[in-house]
Amino acid sequence: MKIPVVRDILEANERIAAENRRIFNENRVFVLNLMSAPGAGKTSLLERTVDTLNGEMQIGIIEGDIQSSIDAARLSKKGVATVQINTDGACHLDGNMIRGAFSHLDLKSLDLLIVENVGNLVCPAEFVMGEDHKVMILSVSEGDDKPLKYPLMFRESSVLLINKIDLLPYVDCSINKIKESSLKINPDLTIFEISCKTQEGLIGWYQWLRDMVRTSS
Amino acid sequence: MHELSITQGLLQIVLEEARKHSISKVRLVKLRIGELTAVEPSSLTFCFELLTKDTPADGAGLEIDVVPIKLKCLNCWEFFETRDASFVCPACSSFNTELITGRELYVEQIEGD
Ligand SMILES: Nc1nc2c(ncn2[C@@H]2O[C@H](COP(=O)(O)OP(=O)(O)OP(=O)(O)O)[C@@H](O)[C@H]2O)c(=O)[nH]1
Ligand SMILES: [Mg+2]
Ligand SMILES: [Zn+2]
Repeated sequence: MKIPVVRDILEANERIAAENRRIFNENRVFVLNLMSAPGAGKTSLLERTVDTLNGEMQIGIIEGDIQSSIDAARLSKKGVATVQINTDGACHLDGNMIRGAFSHLDLKSLDLLIVENVGNLVCPAEFVMGEDHKVMILSVSEGDDKPLKYPLMFRESSVLLINKIDLLPYVDCSINKIKESSLKINPDLTIFEISCKTQEGLIGWYQWLRDMVRTSS
Repeated sequence: MHELSITQGLLQIVLEEARKHSISKVRLVKLRIGELTAVEPSSLTFCFELLTKDTPADGAGLEIDVVPIKLKCLNCWEFFETRDASFVCPACSSFNTELITGRELYVEQIEGD
C-alpha cells in the first residue's frame, strides 16, 4: 500500500516556534537568534551590547551551550537577566528548548531578548525558535570562503556581523569577498564590520538594534 | 548531530501515518530534501536505521530525493539553478530573485502493508 503524505519533517518544531512567536509578540519583546561558528564572538558581542544598551532598554539573554555555563556567567555578571540552556550534546537550539528557558524570564519587562545559539555554522540555521530575526557572526579568522561553503545561514539571516576586523593585518581574508558572496546568497543582508575587541564599527549595530526595538514595541 | 532531532520528527510522522492507515509494517519511506537545507542524507539514513529499531518501520528503506536549488528572476523571469552558491540571475545579473526549490524537507510517501 502506498500512502502519499507530504508533511514537513520539522512541523513539530515549527508549531512550537509559532506559539513562542505569539507569546513574544503579546509581550512586545523583540527577539534575536544569534548564530555563528564556535568562537566567532557571540558572547563578546553580547557583553559589549549589554554594556552599551542596558540603561536605555531592558535586555534578557538566553545562553545555549552544549555543556558549560561559562558564557551565562559572563553575562549575568553584567546584571542582565540570563537563562542558561544546556543542550546535552545537541548542536542547535529549537523551539521547545527556548520555551523552557523563557518561562524563567519576565518577558513583559523586556524590550529585547537575545538568544546565543550553540556555536555551529550549519545546524542552528535549520531550526526556528520564534525569533524576529536571525543574526550571524563570521569572524575574519574563519576565512572568506564560508558563505560559499555554508550558504544556508547566510540565506536565513537578516544581519551579518563580520567580527575581529582588528585581526585583518594578520589573516588572509578579504572583507570584500565575504560581502560580495554573502550578498549573492542574500541581497537583503545588512552587513556590519566590527571588532568586539576595539569596538570599531559597533555603533552601526547598536543603532540597528535601537531602531528595531523601537519599531517593534 | 542535528540529523538525530530531524530523524525524530521524521519517525513521528511515519509512525503516525502508518497507524492512521493501519499499516503494521513500513517498507519504504520517500523524502524530498532540498540542497539548501542543513541535512546530510547519509547521516539521516544512519539515524533512521538507528531510531526505527523495534518500531513498525524497522528495516524500512529510506529513499531520498535531493532537490536542487532553483530560482526565478523577478526582473527578467529567467529560471535558473544556482552555481557556486550564487542566487544572482545569470541572464541579467539582477539580485531580485525568488527561491523556487531547495528548502524542501518533507515526507512524500510511505509504503507498507
Ligand atoms: N582579536 C579579537 N578577538 C576577539 C574579538 N571578539 C572576540 N574575540 C575573542 O574570541 C574568543 C571567542 O569569543 P567568544 O565571544 O567567547 O565567542 P563565542 O562565539 O561566544 O564562542 P562559543 O560560545 O564558544 O561558540 C575570545 O577569546 C574573545 O576574546 C575581536 O573582535 N577581536
Ligand atoms: Mg559564547
Ligand atoms: Zn534576470
